[in-house]
Amino acid sequence: MPWTREQMAERAAKELRDGFYVNLGIGIPTLVSNYIPPGMTVQLQSENGMLGTGPFPFEGEEDPDLINAGKQTVTELPTTSYFSSADSFAMIRGGHIDLSILGAMQVAENGDLANWMIPGKMVKGMGGAMDLVAGVKKVVVVMEHSAKNEPKLLHRCNLPLTGAGVVDMVITDLGVFTIDKKGVRGMTVAELAPGVTKDEIRAKTEANYQIDPGLN
Amino acid sequence: MKKVYPDAAAALAGVLKDGMLIMAGGFGLCGIPETLILAIRDSGVKNLTVVSNNAGIDSIGLGILLDSRQIKKMISSYVGENKTFAQQYLAGELEIEFNPQGTLAERIRAGGAGIPAFFTRTGAGTQIAEGKEEREFDGERYVMERGLVADLSIVHAWKGDTEGNLVYRKTARNFNPMMASAGKITVAEVENLVEPGEIDPDHIITPGIFVKRIVHVPNAAKHIEQRTVRKRTAPATPAGTGVEV
Repeated sequence: MPWTREQMAERAAKELRDGFYVNLGIGIPTLVSNYIPPGMTVQLQSENGMLGTGPFPFEGEEDPDLINAGKQTVTELPTTSYFSSADSFAMIRGGHIDLSILGAMQVAENGDLANWMIPGKMVKGMGGAMDLVAGVKKVVVVMEHSAKNEPKLLHRCNLPLTGAGVVDMVITDLGVFTIDKKGVRGMTVAELAPGVTKDEIRAKTEANYQIDPGLN
Repeated sequence: MKKVYPDAAAALAGVLKDGMLIMAGGFGLCGIPETLILAIRDSGVKNLTVVSNNAGIDSIGLGILLDSRQIKKMISSYVGENKTFAQQYLAGELEIEFNPQGTLAERIRAGGAGIPAFFTRTGAGTQIAEGKEEREFDGERYVMERGLVADLSIVHAWKGDTEGNLVYRKTARNFNPMMASAGKITVAEVENLVEPGEIDPDHIITPGIFVKRIVHVPNAAKHIEQRTVRKRTAPATPAGTGVEV
């Protein structure tokens, strides 16, 4: 059985480490915050200017001055700090954030990422995604393996890039893929979802990849 | 020199010109200077280029100036869910220049700090870098981006004194401090107007030197774009009720 959205988020949460500062994108990445292991301290950064993002408020306690980067009402924690957008992206671009988990339309075997525009369609903008993938120490993509039966793990992205050679890991509903973005090892299948075969991965993946020896 | 003006129209009098570049603070609908935006609408000034992370939503925030067709071009990172924006853009009536959010923030910070250009890794190898100078530093590719200065910056603060010293509240700070520094003229609307000395100087975020004009907006409307809540299953410390500076 391929992983569900929740199981993909749960798998992504295994990339968290105690003391990490983490930025979570919109969609499945947001669900990762539900799987932070008990006893582990992780501070969530919201690029609109908040570190230590708390849960959604109780009804009636929403504060229009307190939102996350998805414009959702949130709450503060004892560890919370607020700062300007310039300071926020100094954290991101300056390599102070440990982990960015975000969605994607396409990822290439060399770590190229496309997730911000489809030519010919109304473009909404890249927001902070280009800065996050350029600056954060480790970039993990969580996405469906295929879109309408079209592969999303490709030799080369054919959509405009968000970043070139930026992705370290991709978690899809079928498995986990690591990318040696600075080196020569390319993409490796590191894990398979329960019941997913290497043949199924082969049929649904355009990118070249190696198979982790542990899977043979 | 008196910085405090009786209302938003008075605070913008003599400043607005057709075709000018205006920076407007805020992220989504959080921390937007909406009273000043309404006064810009009422002035009828046209062909504006507006620098703002977002473009408001339909009929709220900068959506007000899209409805009235006073904006010619937006420089933004994300224009999201705004039907008026999409209609005008697809009809060729509105230009958009997308900047990565951090690049936009830094362009504004740099402009205010007298820095004409800087290099960033953001966008290297993407279409954002096309036509821009690139340099390699320590084995990495960087893209040159220009500083941005505005004819007018409009910002929203939680508290300000009559000297123009400003304090922001929670995530309503966002782009407001950099924009305050990058305007040839900066007009601030403040929810609470106090006398000098009432704000602890250690708590001031924007020093008054950056602010030329101030208007008091005690009843400014605040909007929530995505209202998200959780069930009250157990008593917990209420959010957002901490004591402010």
